[in-house]
Amino acid sequence: MQEYVLSVKVANNAGVLPRVSGLFSRRFFNIKSLNAAETEVESVSRLTIVVEGDLKILEQIKSQLLKLYEVQDVQILSDAVCREHILIRAGRSSEERQKIIEIANLYRAKPVDIAADSIMLELTGEPKKINSFVELLKPYGIIKMVRSGITALERD
Amino acid sequence: MQLSGSDIIVECLLEQGADTVFGYPGGAVLNIYDSLYKYSDKIRHIITSHEQGACHAADGFARATGKTGVVIATSGPGATNLVTGIATAYMDSIPLVAITGNVSCNLLGLDSFQEVDITGISMPITKHNFIVKDVSELADTLRLAFKIAGSGRKGPVLVDIPKDITIARCEYSPDFSVEGVLPCVISAEELDRAAELIKDSKRPYIYAGGGVIASEASAELKRLAELCDAPVSCSLMGQGAYDQTDERYIGMLGMHGTVKAAAALNSCDLFVAVGTRFSDRVIGDPNKFGKNAKIIHIDIDPAEFNKNIEAAVTVKGDVKAALAELCGKISQKSNPEWTEEIIGGDFGEPAQHGTQALPVTPQAVMETLDRLTDGEAVICTEVGQNQMWAAQYYRYKRPRSFISSGGLGTMGYGLGASIGAKTGCPDKTVVNVAGDGSFAMNLNELITASAHNIPIIEMVFNNNVLGMVRQWQRLFYEKHFSQTTLDARKIDYVKLGESFGIKTLVIERTEDIEPVLKEALETSKTAPVMIEVRIDRDINVLPMIPAGKPVINPITEIDLNA
Repeated sequence: MQEYVLSVKVANNAGVLPRVSGLFSRRFFNIKSLNAAETEVESVSRLTIVVEGDLKILEQIKSQLLKLYEVQDVQILSDAVCREHILIRAGRSSEERQKIIEIANLYRAKPVDIAADSIMLELTGEPKKINSFVELLKPYGIIKMVRSGITALERD
Repeated sequence: MQLSGSDIIVECLLEQGADTVFGYPGGAVLNIYDSLYKYSDKIRHIITSHEQGACHAADGFARATGKTGVVIATSGPGATNLVTGIATAYMDSIPLVAITGNVSCNLLGLDSFQEVDITGISMPITKHNFIVKDVSELADTLRLAFKIAGSGRKGPVLVDIPKDITIARCEYSPDFSVEGVLPCVISAEELDRAAELIKDSKRPYIYAGGGVIASEASAELKRLAELCDAPVSCSLMGQGAYDQTDERYIGMLGMHGTVKAAAALNSCDLFVAVGTRFSDRVIGDPNKFGKNAKIIHIDIDPAEFNKNIEAAVTVKGDVKAALAELCGKISQKSNPEWTEEIIGGDFGEPAQHGTQALPVTPQAVMETLDRLTDGEAVICTEVGQNQMWAAQYYRYKRPRSFISSGGLGTMGYGLGASIGAKTGCPDKTVVNVAGDGSFAMNLNELITASAHNIPIIEMVFNNNVLGMVRQWQRLFYEKHFSQTTLDARKIDYVKLGESFGIKTLVIERTEDIEPVLKEALETSKTAPVMIEVRIDRDINVLPMIPAGKPVINPITEIDLNA
C-alpha cells in the first residue's frame, strides 16, 4: 500500500465535506488525512486528501470523486510542495521544558505558549519532519497535540 | 409574476414535462398539495397507499416511458419511506426527482415534529440532493435536479423543501428552454483500438446492459451484432435491449443465464460489453471471467472501467453515439463456424416440471403469456424466483418492456412499478410477475390500482415459500428451511383481491393457463385483475451458477432427494 496525495477542488457549499467523506467510507477507501479550506476563489474549496492504496484504487477514487456533482477537479499530486502544521504541548518539569526548547531550536519550531513545566510549540514542514519532531519529544511527555493534515500545491 | 413557492414547484414540474406525479400528502407538503389542487387539470397526481409504493411507481413510470419520474412525500416518515425506492432507482440508474417537504427553516435542526435530515440520509443513494432555504433559488434548483437526474449516467435526485419556502412568494419567470447537455466527446483513439480488436477477432460475443436502454441504442446494438456476426446476450437490466426473437440472441448471461451464454463466454475470443457494469451476479468469479477473451468495455461512466473486470480497451461515452461511431469504423465480418457452434448448438438448457398435485410451471405460464401478448407486454417483476422466471421465459422484443429491481433487488418493488408503468403507457398490457413473498410485502398498492382504476395484471406465483432463499437453503444450508416456509399464512387470494375490488382468478391446472390468461388480458382492458398461480415449492431457478463461482458449466439439475 502506498500513500498518494489528492488535491480536489469542490464547490464551497454546505454539505460538500460529508459528500466527499461519505464517498470514501462507503466505498471503503482509506483516508489518512483530509484538509479542507477556501481557495482564492470564494466559491471554491480545496480538499487535500492523503489516501492509502494502489494505482487501481487511486483510479477508482478519482473517477468516483468526479461523479459527485460538486467536485470540479481531481489532481493526483506527484511533484508538489507538501506541508503540515502541528501544535504540540509537552514537558513535565522545568528541566524537561529546557530540553524541549533545545529540540525546538534544532527544528526551528516556535514556542507559542509557555507554562511552568510545559511548553506549546508550533512547527510547519514536510510530514516526515513533523513525524521525527514528535518522536524526539515523546520522552518528554507529550500532553496534547494537533496536526493539520497535509496541504499541498503542485509545483509549476 | 409573483408566485408562492408551492406554485413555483408545480410550474417547474410542468416546464419539465412532468404531467404525472406520484405521492402522498402530509403536514409539510400541505401547500404543495394545495397547488396541485389548483393545477389538477394540468398535472395528474396519483396517491398510493404508502410513500414507498409512490417511489416505485415513479421509478416504473420512468423505466417504461424514458421520462424522469417524480415522487412527492412529506417530511419525516414520508421522506424515510422513500429511501428504499430511491436506493432502488440509484442502483439501476433510473432518472427520478424526489420532492420532500421539511419543517420550516426556523425549526430545522431542533428535532421538530416530523423532522428528519433526509438530505443526509439520502446522500449515498442519490446522484445529488438539495435543501432549498431561499425561495428565490427554488425554480433553478428544481430545473437543475431534473437536469442531473436525466443526464450522463441517470439517477435519482432529491430536493428537500422546508414548509415556509412553499409559502414564501417570489418572482417566477417560466423557462421552457431545454438546455442542451454537452455531447460527450468519444475518443477516436479508443474507438480505433476497439475496432482493431473487433477486426482481429474470430469469435466475438456481444453483451448488453441497461445502458443500452437508457441511451436508446438498440438499433445501434443490432447493427454492431450484424457487422461483427456475433451472438448477443443481455444482462438482467438489459432485457429487451436486443430483440430476443432474433436468432442471434442466446439468452441472459450470469447467475441464472443460459448454458449457451456461459459456453459463449468461455469460448469467445472477444467480449464486447456495452452499457453495463459487470455486476457480481453476472461475473461470478472475477478472476475467471472471460479468461480466453479480450474485453472491450463501452460505457458512459468511466468509474465502471476496471472496477470489477479489467478491460483491454475502454470506450467512454454515451452508448448510442459510441456504437454509431464504432459501427462506422468496422467492416462486415463473417464467422460462420463460430455462430454455428454457438447459435446453432444445443447446450442442454433445463426445462421445468411440476408435480402431480401442482402440475403448473412458471415456464409454461410465462411462455403462454408471451404467445398471447405477442411479446408486446410490459413485464414488471418482484425479486426472487419470480423475477428470474419472468426474465427467462418471456421473449422481450423491445427496450422498456422488462422492469425489475436488478441492482438493489427490492422485494415489493414490482406492484408499485407496474402502476407507474401502466400510468405512463396506458395502451400497453402491463403485468407484474410476483411471488407470494414479495406480494405480501407491498400488496397495499392493490388499493392504488383499484382506486385509480389502473388496469394492471398482478400475477402471483404462489408456492407458499420464499422460493429463492429456499433454493439456496437446499443447496448450501443442508435443507434447513429457516423462516422460508409460509404455510401458516392462510391467504385467500380471491377474497383478498375482491375485497379491494379486484377480480381475482386462479391457475391450478395446466389446462387453466391459457383460458385464465386470456380472461385476465380481456379484463385488463378496463380494470385491474389478479391471478394466483399455484405452483410447487420445489421448482428451482435453473441454470444456476453459485455466487462467486466461475460462469462455467452451470447447474442444470437439482436432485430434490439428495
